[in-house]
Amino acid sequence: MLGMKIEDLSAFYGSFKAVTGVSMNIQANKVTALIGPSGCGKSTFLRCLNRMHEVIPGAYAEGGVHLGDQDIYAKDADPVTIRRRIGMVFQKPNPFSKSIYENVAWGARINGYKGDMDELVERSLRRAALWEEVKDKLKKSGFDLSGGQQQRLVIARTLAVEPEVILMDEPASALDPVSTQKIEDTMADLKKRYTVVIVTHNMQQAARISDYTGFFYIEHMGDPGRLWEFDETDKVFSAPGRKETEDYVTGRFG
Amino acid sequence: MATKSGTQTSRKGGPEQGPLFQSSTSARHTLDRMFAVLVFIATMIGLVVLVVLLVDIALDGLPRLSWDFITSYSSVIPDNTGIYPALLGSLWLLALTGIISVPLGIGAATYLEEYAPDNWLTRLIEINISNLAGVPSIIYGLLGLGIFVNLLGPITGGQTIVAGALTLSLLILPVIIIATREAFRTIPGAVREGGYALGATRWEVIKAHLLPMAVPGALTGTILALSRAIGETAPLIVVGAATYITFAPESPLSSYSALPIQIYSWVSQPQPGFQIAAAAGIVVLMVVLLLANSVAIWLRNKYQRRV
Ligand SMILES: Nc1ncnc2c1ncn2[C@@H]1O[C@H](COP(=O)(O)OP(=O)(O)O)[C@@H](O)[C@H]1O
Ligand SMILES: [Mg+2]
Repeated sequence: MLGMKIEDLSAFYGSFKAVTGVSMNIQANKVTALIGPSGCGKSTFLRCLNRMHEVIPGAYAEGGVHLGDQDIYAKDADPVTIRRRIGMVFQKPNPFSKSIYENVAWGARINGYKGDMDELVERSLRRAALWEEVKDKLKKSGFDLSGGQQQRLVIARTLAVEPEVILMDEPASALDPVSTQKIEDTMADLKKRYTVVIVTHNMQQAARISDYTGFFYIEHMGDPGRLWEFDETDKVFSAPGRKETEDYVTGRFG
Repeated sequence: MATKSGTQTSRKGGPEQGPLFQSSTSARHTLDRMFAVLVFIATMIGLVVLVVLLVDIALDGLPRLSWDFITSYSSVIPDNTGIYPALLGSLWLLALTGIISVPLGIGAATYLEEYAPDNWLTRLIEINISNLAGVPSIIYGLLGLGIFVNLLGPITGGQTIVAGALTLSLLILPVIIIATREAFRTIPGAVREGGYALGATRWEVIKAHLLPMAVPGALTGTILALSRAIGETAPLIVVGAATYITFAPESPLSSYSALPIQIYSWVSQPQPGFQIAAAAGIVVLMVVLLLANSVAIWLRNKYQRRV
Protein backbone atom coordinates (compact mmCIF):
# COMPACT_ATOMS: atom_id res chain seq x y z
CA MET A 1 0.00 0.00 0.00
CA LEU A 2 0.95 3.59 -0.53
CA GLY A 3 1.27 6.40 1.90
CA MET A 4 0.53 10.04 1.21
CA LYS A 5 2.64 13.14 1.37
CA ILE A 6 1.05 16.53 1.86
CA GLU A 7 3.02 19.71 1.29
CA ASP A 8 1.91 23.17 2.30
CA LEU A 9 -1.74 22.52 1.58
CA SER A 10 -4.29 25.31 1.79
CA ALA A 11 -8.01 24.97 1.16
CA PHE A 12 -10.49 27.63 0.15
CA TYR A 13 -14.23 28.07 -0.11
CA GLY A 14 -14.39 30.88 -2.63
CA SER A 15 -12.41 33.67 -1.02
CA PHE A 16 -12.61 32.11 2.43
CA LYS A 17 -9.45 30.29 3.44
CA ALA A 18 -10.42 27.39 5.70
CA VAL A 19 -7.11 25.57 6.06
CA THR A 20 -3.57 26.81 5.60
CA GLY A 21 -0.07 25.45 5.30
CA VAL A 22 -0.59 21.81 6.21
CA SER A 23 2.31 19.47 5.59
CA MET A 24 2.38 15.89 6.80
CA ASN A 25 3.31 12.39 5.82
CA ILE A 26 0.66 9.72 6.07
CA GLN A 27 2.29 6.36 6.60
CA ALA A 28 1.18 3.39 4.58
CA ASN A 29 -0.75 0.70 6.46
CA LYS A 30 -1.15 2.86 9.52
CA VAL A 31 -4.11 4.64 11.01
CA THR A 32 -3.68 8.39 11.17
CA ALA A 33 -6.18 10.23 13.35
CA LEU A 34 -7.05 13.89 12.92
CA ILE A 35 -8.41 15.64 15.98
CA GLY A 36 -9.20 19.20 16.98
CA PRO A 37 -12.03 21.54 17.87
CA SER A 38 -14.86 21.73 15.37
CA GLY A 39 -14.57 24.25 12.59
CA CYS A 40 -10.79 24.08 12.39
CA GLY A 41 -10.75 22.44 8.99
CA LYS A 42 -10.38 18.69 9.59
CA SER A 43 -13.15 17.73 7.18
CA THR A 44 -12.00 20.28 4.65
CA PHE A 45 -8.45 18.98 4.82
CA LEU A 46 -9.60 15.37 4.53
CA ARG A 47 -11.66 16.13 1.45
CA CYS A 48 -8.61 17.69 -0.19
CA LEU A 49 -6.86 14.33 0.04
CA ASN A 50 -9.07 12.69 -2.59
CA ARG A 51 -10.15 15.78 -4.49
CA MET A 52 -13.65 15.72 -3.03
CA HIS A 53 -13.17 19.28 -1.79
CA GLU A 54 -13.50 20.73 -5.28
CA VAL A 55 -16.91 19.10 -5.73
CA ILE A 56 -18.31 22.00 -3.69
CA PRO A 57 -18.92 24.96 -6.01
CA GLY A 58 -16.19 27.57 -5.60
CA ALA A 59 -13.98 25.35 -3.45
CA TYR A 60 -10.37 24.71 -4.38
CA ALA A 61 -7.06 23.69 -2.86
CA GLU A 62 -3.46 24.83 -3.25
CA GLY A 63 -0.30 22.94 -2.44
CA GLY A 64 0.87 19.42 -3.05
CA VAL A 65 -0.73 16.09 -2.30
CA HIS A 66 1.04 12.90 -3.37
CA LEU A 67 -0.20 9.36 -3.29
CA GLY A 68 3.02 7.35 -3.38
CA ASP A 69 4.90 9.41 -5.92
CA GLN A 70 1.90 10.50 -7.94
CA ASP A 71 0.86 14.12 -7.64
CA ILE A 72 -2.92 13.90 -7.32
CA TYR A 73 -3.30 17.59 -8.16
CA ALA A 74 -1.24 17.29 -11.33
CA LYS A 75 -2.89 18.72 -14.42
CA ASP A 76 -3.32 15.32 -16.00
CA ALA A 77 -4.50 13.64 -12.80
CA ASP A 78 -8.08 12.45 -13.16
CA PRO A 79 -10.13 13.02 -9.99
CA VAL A 80 -12.39 10.10 -10.91
CA THR A 81 -9.48 7.64 -10.85
CA ILE A 82 -8.02 9.23 -7.74
CA ARG A 83 -11.26 8.89 -5.82
CA ARG A 84 -11.40 5.20 -6.60
CA ARG A 85 -7.89 4.81 -5.19
CA ILE A 86 -8.56 7.02 -2.19
CA GLY A 87 -11.97 6.14 -0.84
CA MET A 88 -14.06 8.14 1.59
CA VAL A 89 -16.58 7.39 4.32
CA PHE A 90 -18.68 10.29 5.48
CA GLN A 91 -19.97 11.34 8.86
CA LYS A 92 -23.57 10.48 8.12
CA PRO A 93 -24.17 7.05 6.59
CA ASN A 94 -25.21 7.60 2.99
CA PRO A 95 -26.13 4.25 1.47
CA PHE A 96 -27.66 4.34 -2.00
CA SER A 97 -31.36 3.78 -2.42
CA LYS A 98 -30.63 0.29 -3.77
CA SER A 99 -30.31 -3.24 -2.46
CA ILE A 100 -27.52 -4.10 -0.04
CA TYR A 101 -25.86 -6.14 -2.77
CA GLU A 102 -26.09 -3.30 -5.31
CA ASN A 103 -24.75 -0.82 -2.78
CA VAL A 104 -21.54 -2.80 -2.68
CA ALA A 105 -21.43 -3.91 -6.30
CA TRP A 106 -22.21 -0.62 -8.01
CA GLY A 107 -18.88 1.14 -7.48
CA ALA A 108 -16.94 -1.92 -8.55
CA ARG A 109 -19.07 -2.32 -11.64
CA ILE A 110 -18.72 1.24 -12.89
CA ASN A 111 -14.99 0.97 -12.33
CA GLY A 112 -14.91 -1.97 -14.68
CA TYR A 113 -14.49 -4.82 -12.20
CA LYS A 114 -14.40 -8.03 -14.22
CA GLY A 115 -14.04 -10.63 -11.46
CA ASP A 116 -16.68 -12.62 -9.61
CA MET A 117 -19.08 -10.00 -8.25
CA ASP A 118 -20.74 -12.25 -5.68
CA GLU A 119 -17.38 -13.06 -4.26
CA LEU A 120 -16.33 -9.39 -4.15
CA VAL A 121 -19.55 -8.38 -2.41
CA GLU A 122 -19.14 -11.09 0.22
CA ARG A 123 -15.47 -10.30 0.80
CA SER A 124 -16.14 -6.57 1.14
CA LEU A 125 -19.03 -7.11 3.53
CA ARG A 126 -16.89 -9.48 5.59
CA ARG A 127 -14.07 -6.96 5.84
CA ALA A 128 -16.56 -4.36 7.00
CA ALA A 129 -17.82 -6.84 9.63
CA LEU A 130 -21.32 -6.79 8.20
CA TRP A 131 -21.58 -10.07 6.29
CA GLU A 132 -23.06 -12.18 9.08
CA GLU A 133 -25.83 -9.66 9.67
CA VAL A 134 -26.90 -9.22 6.06
CA LYS A 135 -26.01 -12.40 4.20
CA ASP A 136 -29.64 -13.54 4.18
CA LYS A 137 -31.08 -10.25 3.01
CA LEU A 138 -28.76 -8.97 0.32
CA LYS A 139 -31.75 -8.03 -1.82
CA LYS A 140 -33.23 -5.79 0.86
CA SER A 141 -32.78 -2.04 0.60
CA GLY A 142 -29.74 -0.49 2.22
CA PHE A 143 -32.15 1.69 4.15
CA ASP A 144 -33.56 -1.33 5.95
CA LEU A 145 -30.38 -1.44 8.04
CA SER A 146 -29.70 0.33 11.31
CA GLY A 147 -27.48 3.42 11.28
CA GLY A 148 -24.45 1.45 12.39
CA GLN A 149 -25.06 -1.23 9.79
CA GLN A 150 -25.54 1.42 7.12
CA GLN A 151 -22.17 2.92 7.99
CA ARG A 152 -20.53 -0.49 7.71
CA LEU A 153 -22.32 -0.95 4.39
CA VAL A 154 -20.75 2.30 3.23
CA ILE A 155 -17.37 1.03 4.39
CA ALA A 156 -17.97 -2.21 2.48
CA ARG A 157 -18.88 -0.36 -0.68
CA THR A 158 -15.71 1.71 -0.32
CA LEU A 159 -13.62 -1.44 0.11
CA ALA A 160 -15.24 -3.03 -2.93
CA VAL A 161 -13.46 -0.67 -5.33
CA GLU A 162 -10.16 -1.75 -3.73
CA PRO A 163 -8.77 1.62 -2.76
CA GLU A 164 -5.31 2.12 -1.35
CA VAL A 165 -6.26 4.79 1.15
CA ILE A 166 -9.50 5.13 3.11
CA LEU A 167 -10.50 8.52 4.46
CA MET A 168 -13.09 8.54 7.22
CA ASP A 169 -14.75 11.69 8.49
CA GLU A 170 -16.08 11.02 11.99
CA PRO A 171 -17.57 7.74 10.78
CA ALA A 172 -18.94 6.82 14.17
CA SER A 173 -20.06 10.17 15.50
CA ALA A 174 -23.71 9.60 14.59
CA LEU A 175 -23.75 6.04 15.90
CA ASP A 176 -24.53 4.23 19.13
CA PRO A 177 -21.69 2.78 21.24
CA VAL A 178 -22.16 -0.79 20.02
CA SER A 179 -21.94 0.22 16.35
CA THR A 180 -19.01 2.45 17.17
CA GLN A 181 -17.25 -0.50 18.74
CA LYS A 182 -17.87 -2.63 15.65
CA ILE A 183 -16.43 0.03 13.40
CA GLU A 184 -13.42 0.47 15.64
CA ASP A 185 -12.88 -3.28 15.56
CA THR A 186 -12.80 -3.29 11.78
CA MET A 187 -10.17 -0.56 11.84
CA ALA A 188 -7.39 -2.75 13.20
CA ASP A 189 -8.13 -5.19 10.43
CA LEU A 190 -8.38 -2.52 7.75
CA LYS A 191 -4.93 -1.11 8.29
CA LYS A 192 -3.40 -4.44 7.33
CA ARG A 193 -4.58 -3.79 3.81
CA TYR A 194 -5.18 -0.08 3.60
CA THR A 195 -3.82 3.22 4.71
CA VAL A 196 -6.44 4.85 6.92
CA VAL A 197 -6.99 8.49 7.82
CA ILE A 198 -9.79 9.11 10.30
CA VAL A 199 -11.19 12.33 11.70
CA THR A 200 -12.62 11.87 15.16
CA HIS A 201 -13.81 14.06 18.00
CA ASN A 202 -13.45 11.19 20.40
CA MET A 203 -10.06 11.30 22.17
CA GLN A 204 -10.27 7.75 23.49
CA GLN A 205 -11.06 6.54 20.03
CA ALA A 206 -8.09 8.36 18.55
CA ALA A 207 -5.82 6.98 21.25
CA ARG A 208 -7.12 3.44 20.85
CA ILE A 209 -7.10 3.00 17.13
CA SER A 210 -4.50 5.31 15.62
CA ASP A 211 -0.76 5.13 15.14
CA TYR A 212 -0.30 8.79 14.31
CA THR A 213 -2.32 11.78 15.40
CA GLY A 214 -2.60 15.23 13.89
CA PHE A 215 -4.05 18.04 15.95
CA PHE A 216 -5.75 20.85 14.04
CA TYR A 217 -6.20 24.16 15.71
CA ILE A 218 -7.20 27.78 15.11
CA GLU A 219 -5.32 30.18 17.33
CA HIS A 220 -7.24 33.38 16.64
CA MET A 221 -10.84 33.46 15.62
CA GLY A 222 -11.24 34.00 11.89
CA ASP A 223 -7.85 32.49 11.03
CA PRO A 224 -7.71 29.45 8.82
CA GLY A 225 -7.13 26.11 10.54
CA ARG A 226 -3.60 24.77 10.86
CA LEU A 227 -1.99 21.48 11.66
CA TRP A 228 -0.81 22.40 15.13
CA GLU A 229 0.96 19.22 16.04
CA PHE A 230 1.58 15.92 14.31
CA ASP A 231 3.31 12.93 15.83
CA GLU A 232 2.97 9.36 16.91
CA THR A 233 -0.25 8.92 18.81
CA ASP A 234 1.49 7.88 22.03
CA LYS A 235 3.55 11.04 21.96
CA VAL A 236 0.62 13.32 21.24
CA PHE A 237 -1.37 11.89 24.09
CA SER A 238 1.35 11.36 26.69
CA ALA A 239 3.86 14.11 25.94
CA PRO A 240 2.38 16.65 23.57
CA GLY A 241 4.79 19.25 22.28
CA ARG A 242 2.47 22.23 22.53
CA LYS A 243 0.27 23.52 25.27
CA GLU A 244 -2.90 23.76 23.13
CA THR A 245 -2.53 20.11 22.18
CA GLU A 246 -2.21 19.13 25.78
CA ASP A 247 -5.22 21.20 26.79
CA TYR A 248 -7.24 19.59 24.04
CA VAL A 249 -6.31 15.96 24.56
CA THR A 250 -6.80 16.25 28.31
CA GLY A 251 -10.24 17.71 27.67
CA ARG A 252 -9.53 21.15 29.09
CA PHE A 253 -11.21 22.70 26.09
CA GLY A 254 -12.84 21.52 23.00
CA MET B 1 -35.01 54.89 43.49
CA ALA B 2 -34.34 52.07 45.88
CA THR B 3 -37.96 51.87 46.86
CA LYS B 4 -39.06 51.78 43.30
CA SER B 5 -36.83 48.91 42.30
CA GLY B 6 -37.79 47.16 45.51
CA THR B 7 -41.42 47.33 44.58
CA GLN B 8 -40.71 45.93 41.18
CA THR B 9 -38.84 42.99 42.57
CA SER B 10 -41.55 42.16 45.01
CA ARG B 11 -44.12 42.43 42.30
CA LYS B 12 -42.21 40.06 40.04
CA GLY B 13 -41.66 37.51 42.73
CA GLY B 14 -45.07 37.78 44.31
CA PRO B 15 -48.07 35.63 43.54
CA GLU B 16 -49.84 38.53 41.83
CA GLN B 17 -47.35 38.53 38.92
CA GLY B 18 -50.37 38.69 36.62
CA PRO B 19 -50.03 42.30 35.48
CA LEU B 20 -47.27 41.37 33.02
CA PHE B 21 -49.32 38.65 31.36
CA GLN B 22 -52.84 39.89 30.99
CA SER B 23 -54.95 38.11 28.47
CA SER B 24 -58.36 36.61 28.37
CA THR B 25 -57.79 32.94 27.73
CA SER B 26 -61.40 32.36 26.81
CA ALA B 27 -61.32 35.14 24.23
CA ARG B 28 -58.22 33.60 22.65
CA HIS B 29 -59.88 30.21 22.46
CA THR B 30 -62.99 31.74 20.93
CA LEU B 31 -60.85 33.39 18.29
CA ASP B 32 -59.13 30.09 17.66
CA ARG B 33 -62.45 28.31 17.13
CA MET B 34 -63.77 31.10 14.93
CA PHE B 35 -60.77 30.81 12.71
CA ALA B 36 -61.20 27.08 12.39
CA VAL B 37 -64.78 27.63 11.26
CA LEU B 38 -63.71 30.29 8.76
CA VAL B 39 -61.14 28.13 7.04
CA PHE B 40 -63.58 25.24 7.03
CA ILE B 41 -66.10 27.43 5.22
CA ALA B 42 -63.44 28.47 2.75
CA THR B 43 -62.74 24.82 1.98
CA MET B 44 -66.44 24.05 1.65
CA ILE B 45 -67.18 26.86 -0.78
CA GLY B 46 -64.65 25.52 -3.25
CA LEU B 47 -65.79 21.96 -2.72
CA VAL B 48 -69.50 22.68 -3.03
CA VAL B 49 -69.09 24.63 -6.25
CA LEU B 50 -67.06 21.78 -7.68
CA VAL B 51 -69.56 19.12 -6.64
CA VAL B 52 -72.52 21.09 -8.00
CA LEU B 53 -70.70 21.51 -11.28
CA LEU B 54 -69.86 17.83 -11.54
CA VAL B 55 -73.35 16.67 -10.58
CA ASP B 56 -74.96 19.08 -13.02
CA ILE B 57 -72.81 17.83 -15.87
CA ALA B 58 -73.21 14.21 -14.93
CA LEU B 59 -77.01 14.60 -14.80
CA ASP B 60 -77.04 16.15 -18.25
CA GLY B 61 -74.38 14.01 -19.82
CA LEU B 62 -74.62 10.51 -18.37
CA PRO B 63 -77.95 9.59 -19.97
CA ARG B 64 -76.52 10.57 -23.36
CA LEU B 65 -73.37 8.56 -22.82
CA SER B 66 -73.35 5.26 -24.65
CA TRP B 67 -71.00 3.03 -26.56
CA ASP B 68 -72.56 4.50 -29.70
CA PHE B 69 -71.69 8.00 -28.60
CA ILE B 70 -68.09 7.01 -28.02
CA THR B 71 -67.70 5.19 -31.33
CA SER B 72 -69.62 7.54 -33.64
CA TYR B 73 -68.32 10.35 -35.79
CA SER B 74 -69.71 13.83 -35.49
CA SER B 75 -72.96 14.49 -37.25
CA VAL B 76 -75.21 17.45 -37.92
CA ILE B 77 -78.04 15.53 -36.27
CA PRO B 78 -77.68 15.98 -32.52
CA ASP B 79 -78.91 12.50 -31.63
CA ASN B 80 -76.48 10.80 -34.00
CA THR B 81 -73.40 12.74 -33.19
CA GLY B 82 -70.47 11.06 -31.45
CA ILE B 83 -67.08 11.76 -30.01
CA TYR B 84 -64.92 9.06 -31.58
CA PRO B 85 -62.57 11.20 -33.72
CA ALA B 86 -62.15 13.77 -30.96
CA LEU B 87 -61.40 11.12 -28.35
CA LEU B 88 -58.87 9.47 -30.63
CA GLY B 89 -57.37 12.87 -31.49
CA SER B 90 -56.95 13.66 -27.80
CA LEU B 91 -55.32 10.30 -27.10
CA TRP B 92 -52.93 10.84 -30.01
CA LEU B 93 -52.11 14.29 -28.68
CA LEU B 94 -51.61 12.90 -25.19
CA ALA B 95 -49.20 10.22 -26.38
CA LEU B 96 -47.22 12.40 -28.77
CA THR B 97 -47.00 15.32 -26.39
CA GLY B 98 -45.70 12.94 -23.72
CA ILE B 99 -43.14 11.40 -26.04
CA ILE B 100 -41.88 14.82 -27.10
CA SER B 101 -42.00 16.75 -23.84
CA VAL B 102 -40.90 14.22 -21.23
CA PRO B 103 -37.39 13.48 -22.55
CA LEU B 104 -36.84 17.15 -23.41
CA GLY B 105 -38.09 18.38 -20.06
CA ILE B 106 -36.22 15.85 -17.96
CA GLY B 107 -33.10 16.41 -20.05
CA ALA B 108 -33.25 20.17 -19.67
CA ALA B 109 -33.86 19.88 -15.94
CA THR B 110 -30.95 17.46 -15.57
CA TYR B 111 -28.68 19.89 -17.35
CA LEU B 112 -29.82 22.90 -15.36
CA GLU B 113 -29.72 21.14 -12.01
CA GLU B 114 -26.68 18.90 -12.34
CA TYR B 115 -24.40 20.31 -15.03
CA ALA B 116 -24.96 24.03 -15.53
CA PRO B 117 -22.69 26.31 -13.54
CA ASP B 118 -24.46 28.62 -11.15
CA ASN B 119 -24.00 31.96 -12.90
CA TRP B 120 -26.10 34.88 -14.13
CA LEU B 121 -26.89 33.11 -17.39
CA THR B 122 -28.37 30.02 -15.75
CA ARG B 123 -30.23 32.20 -13.28
CA LEU B 124 -31.66 34.17 -16.19
CA ILE B 125 -32.75 30.94 -17.87
CA GLU B 126 -34.25 29.77 -14.61
CA ILE B 127 -36.30 32.93 -14.15
CA ASN B 128 -37.49 32.77 -17.72
CA ILE B 129 -38.60 29.18 -17.43
CA SER B 130 -40.71 30.10 -14.42
CA ASN B 131 -42.15 32.99 -16.41
CA LEU B 132 -42.89 30.77 -19.39
CA ALA B 133 -44.96 28.53 -17.15
CA GLY B 134 -47.25 31.51 -16.60
CA VAL B 135 -47.66 32.57 -20.23
CA PRO B 136 -51.29 32.26 -21.41
CA SER B 137 -51.81 29.18 -23.52
CA ILE B 138 -53.16 31.13 -26.49
CA ILE B 139 -49.73 32.70 -26.89
CA TYR B 140 -48.29 29.21 -27.27
CA GLY B 141 -50.99 28.60 -29.84
CA LEU B 142 -49.82 31.59 -31.85
CA LEU B 143 -46.21 30.47 -31.52
CA GLY B 144 -47.20 26.99 -32.68
CA LEU B 145 -49.10 28.47 -35.61
CA GLY B 146 -46.09 30.51 -36.64
CA ILE B 147 -43.49 27.79 -36.23
CA PHE B 148 -45.00 24.31 -36.42
CA VAL B 149 -47.90 24.98 -38.77
CA ASN B 150 -46.51 27.61 -41.12
CA LEU B 151 -42.70 27.61 -40.95
CA LEU B 152 -42.31 23.86 -40.52
CA GLY B 153 -45.43 23.13 -42.54
CA PRO B 154 -43.56 21.13 -45.15
CA ILE B 155 -42.40 18.74 -42.41
CA THR B 156 -45.37 18.70 -40.06
CA GLY B 157 -47.96 18.85 -42.81
CA GLY B 158 -49.54 22.00 -41.40
CA GLN B 159 -52.61 21.54 -39.27
CA THR B 160 -51.78 18.06 -38.09
CA ILE B 161 -51.59 16.12 -34.85
CA VAL B 162 -47.84 16.48 -34.67
CA ALA B 163 -48.07 20.27 -34.99
CA GLY B 164 -50.66 20.25 -32.19
CA ALA B 165 -48.54 17.97 -30.03
CA LEU B 166 -45.45 20.11 -30.53
CA THR B 167 -47.43 23.18 -29.50
CA LEU B 168 -48.77 21.46 -26.39
CA SER B 169 -45.24 20.24 -25.63
CA LEU B 170 -44.01 23.83 -25.62
CA LEU B 171 -46.85 24.71 -23.32
CA ILE B 172 -46.01 22.12 -20.70
CA LEU B 173 -42.22 21.97 -21.02
CA PRO B 174 -41.69 24.69 -18.39
CA VAL B 175 -43.90 22.82 -15.94
CA ILE B 176 -42.04 19.56 -16.52
CA ILE B 177 -38.69 21.25 -16.15
CA ILE B 178 -39.74 22.91 -12.91
CA ALA B 179 -41.19 19.68 -11.48
CA THR B 180 -38.10 17.71 -12.40
CA ARG B 181 -35.74 20.28 -10.95
CA GLU B 182 -37.72 20.24 -7.73
CA ALA B 183 -37.36 16.47 -7.67
CA PHE B 184 -33.60 16.73 -8.18
CA ARG B 185 -33.34 19.28 -5.41
CA THR B 186 -34.90 17.02 -2.83
CA ILE B 187 -32.09 14.49 -3.34
CA PRO B 188 -29.54 14.99 -0.58
CA GLY B 189 -26.05 16.03 -1.66
CA ALA B 190 -24.76 13.01 0.25
CA VAL B 191 -26.03 10.76 -2.53
CA ARG B 192 -23.93 12.56 -5.12
CA GLU B 193 -20.90 12.64 -2.82
CA GLY B 194 -21.24 8.94 -2.09
CA GLY B 195 -21.13 8.25 -5.80
CA TYR B 196 -18.21 10.55 -6.55
CA ALA B 197 -16.24 9.13 -3.63
CA LEU B 198 -16.32 5.72 -5.31
CA GLY B 199 -14.79 7.09 -8.48
CA ALA B 200 -17.98 7.63 -10.43
CA THR B 201 -18.37 10.26 -13.12
CA ARG B 202 -21.19 12.75 -12.97
CA TRP B 203 -23.22 10.92 -15.59
CA GLU B 204 -22.80 7.60 -13.77
CA VAL B 205 -24.13 9.15 -10.59
CA ILE B 206 -27.02 10.79 -12.44
CA LYS B 207 -27.96 7.62 -14.27
CA ALA B 208 -27.69 5.19 -11.38
CA HIS B 209 -28.92 7.29 -8.48
CA LEU B 210 -30.32 10.71 -9.28
CA LEU B 211 -32.63 9.92 -12.19
CA PRO B 212 -34.22 6.89 -10.51
CA MET B 213 -34.83 9.04 -7.45
CA ALA B 214 -36.07 12.07 -9.36
CA VAL B 215 -38.20 10.45 -12.03
CA PRO B 216 -41.22 9.50 -9.88
CA GLY B 217 -41.58 13.08 -8.67
CA ALA B 218 -40.92 14.39 -12.14
CA LEU B 219 -43.51 12.03 -13.64
CA THR B 220 -46.17 13.12 -11.20
CA GLY B 221 -45.69 16.73 -12.22
CA THR B 222 -45.46 15.74 -15.84
CA ILE B 223 -48.69 13.79 -15.92
CA LEU B 224 -50.52 16.60 -14.19
CA ALA B 225 -49.12 18.94 -16.84
CA LEU B 226 -50.13 16.52 -19.59
CA SER B 227 -53.65 16.31 -18.32
CA ARG B 228 -53.78 20.07 -18.29
CA ALA B 229 -52.58 20.07 -21.89
CA ILE B 230 -55.31 17.64 -22.85
CA GLY B 231 -57.93 20.01 -21.51
CA GLU B 232 -56.49 22.95 -23.43
CA THR B 233 -58.71 24.44 -26.11
CA ALA B 234 -57.33 27.81 -27.10
CA PRO B 235 -53.94 26.80 -28.52
CA LEU B 236 -55.47 23.91 -30.43
CA ILE B 237 -58.01 26.17 -32.08
CA VAL B 238 -55.19 28.43 -33.16
CA VAL B 239 -53.08 25.63 -34.61
CA GLY B 240 -56.05 24.29 -36.47
CA ALA B 241 -57.67 21.37 -34.75
CA ALA B 242 -60.84 20.74 -36.76
CA THR B 243 -64.31 20.69 -35.23
CA TYR B 244 -66.01 18.58 -37.78
CA ILE B 245 -64.17 15.48 -38.78
CA THR B 246 -65.55 12.37 -40.33
CA PHE B 247 -62.56 10.12 -40.10
CA ALA B 248 -60.35 8.87 -37.29
CA PRO B 249 -56.78 10.20 -37.23
CA GLU B 250 -54.37 7.49 -38.31
CA SER B 251 -50.92 8.99 -38.02
CA PRO B 252 -49.17 12.00 -36.54
CA LEU B 253 -49.64 13.69 -39.89
CA SER B 254 -53.44 13.38 -39.89
CA SER B 255 -55.82 16.24 -39.38
CA TYR B 256 -57.54 15.87 -36.08
CA SER B 257 -60.06 17.10 -33.61
CA ALA B 258 -59.77 16.98 -29.83
CA LEU B 259 -62.19 16.56 -26.94
CA PRO B 260 -62.27 20.17 -25.74
CA ILE B 261 -62.57 21.42 -29.32
CA GLN B 262 -65.49 19.10 -30.01
CA ILE B 263 -67.17 20.09 -26.77
CA TYR B 264 -66.67 23.75 -27.56
CA SER B 265 -68.15 23.30 -31.02
CA TRP B 266 -71.21 21.50 -29.66
CA VAL B 267 -71.79 24.09 -26.99
CA SER B 268 -71.88 26.80 -29.63
CA GLN B 269 -74.66 25.06 -31.55
CA PRO B 270 -78.25 26.30 -31.01
CA GLN B 271 -79.92 22.86 -30.78
CA PRO B 272 -80.42 21.62 -27.20
CA GLY B 273 -79.43 18.13 -28.36
CA PHE B 274 -75.89 19.38 -28.91
CA GLN B 275 -75.79 20.83 -25.40
CA ILE B 276 -76.53 17.38 -24.08
CA ALA B 277 -73.85 15.92 -26.32
CA ALA B 278 -71.42 18.50 -24.96
CA ALA B 279 -72.20 17.44 -21.41
CA ALA B 280 -71.57 13.83 -22.36
CA GLY B 281 -68.32 14.92 -24.01
CA ILE B 282 -67.27 16.65 -20.81
CA VAL B 283 -67.87 13.44 -18.90
CA VAL B 284 -65.59 11.61 -21.35
CA LEU B 285 -62.92 14.30 -20.99
CA MET B 286 -63.16 14.11 -17.20
CA VAL B 287 -62.75 10.35 -17.29
CA VAL B 288 -59.61 10.71 -19.41
CA LEU B 289 -58.22 13.30 -16.99
CA LEU B 290 -59.08 11.22 -13.95
CA LEU B 291 -57.36 8.22 -15.51
CA ALA B 292 -54.23 10.26 -16.21
CA ASN B 293 -54.18 11.56 -12.65
CA SER B 294 -54.67 8.08 -11.23
CA VAL B 295 -51.68 6.94 -13.22
CA ALA B 296 -49.69 9.79 -11.67
CA ILE B 297 -50.71 8.79 -8.17
CA TRP B 298 -50.04 5.13 -8.88
CA LEU B 299 -46.57 5.94 -10.21
CA ARG B 300 -45.76 8.08 -7.25
CA ASN B 301 -46.75 5.40 -4.79
CA LYS B 302 -45.02 2.67 -6.73
CA TYR B 303 -41.69 4.41 -6.82
CA GLN B 304 -41.96 6.20 -3.51
CA ARG B 305 -38.42 6.37 -2.32
CA ARG B 306 -36.78 6.59 1.02
CA VAL B 307 -33.78 8.68 1.84
N1 LIG C 1 -19.32 24.07 2.16
C1 LIG C 1 -18.71 25.05 2.83
N2 LIG C 1 -18.75 26.32 2.36
C2 LIG C 1 -18.14 27.32 3.02
N3 LIG C 1 -17.45 27.18 4.15
C3 LIG C 1 -17.36 25.95 4.67
C4 LIG C 1 -17.99 24.82 4.04
N4 LIG C 1 -17.72 23.72 4.79
C5 LIG C 1 -16.98 24.15 5.83
N5 LIG C 1 -16.77 25.48 5.77
C6 LIG C 1 -15.99 26.29 6.73
O1 LIG C 1 -14.67 25.83 6.73
C7 LIG C 1 -14.16 25.82 8.05
C8 LIG C 1 -13.67 24.43 8.40
O2 LIG C 1 -14.78 23.56 8.46
P1 LIG C 1 -14.64 22.00 8.59
O3 LIG C 1 -13.59 21.54 7.65
O4 LIG C 1 -15.98 21.41 8.43
O5 LIG C 1 -14.13 21.84 10.08
P2 LIG C 1 -14.13 20.58 11.03
O6 LIG C 1 -14.36 19.36 10.20
O7 LIG C 1 -12.79 20.60 11.68
O8 LIG C 1 -15.21 20.78 12.03
C9 LIG C 1 -15.27 26.31 8.96
O9 LIG C 1 -15.06 27.69 9.20
C10 LIG C 1 -16.49 26.11 8.14
O10 LIG C 1 -17.48 27.05 8.45
MG1 LIG D 1 -15.98 17.96 10.28
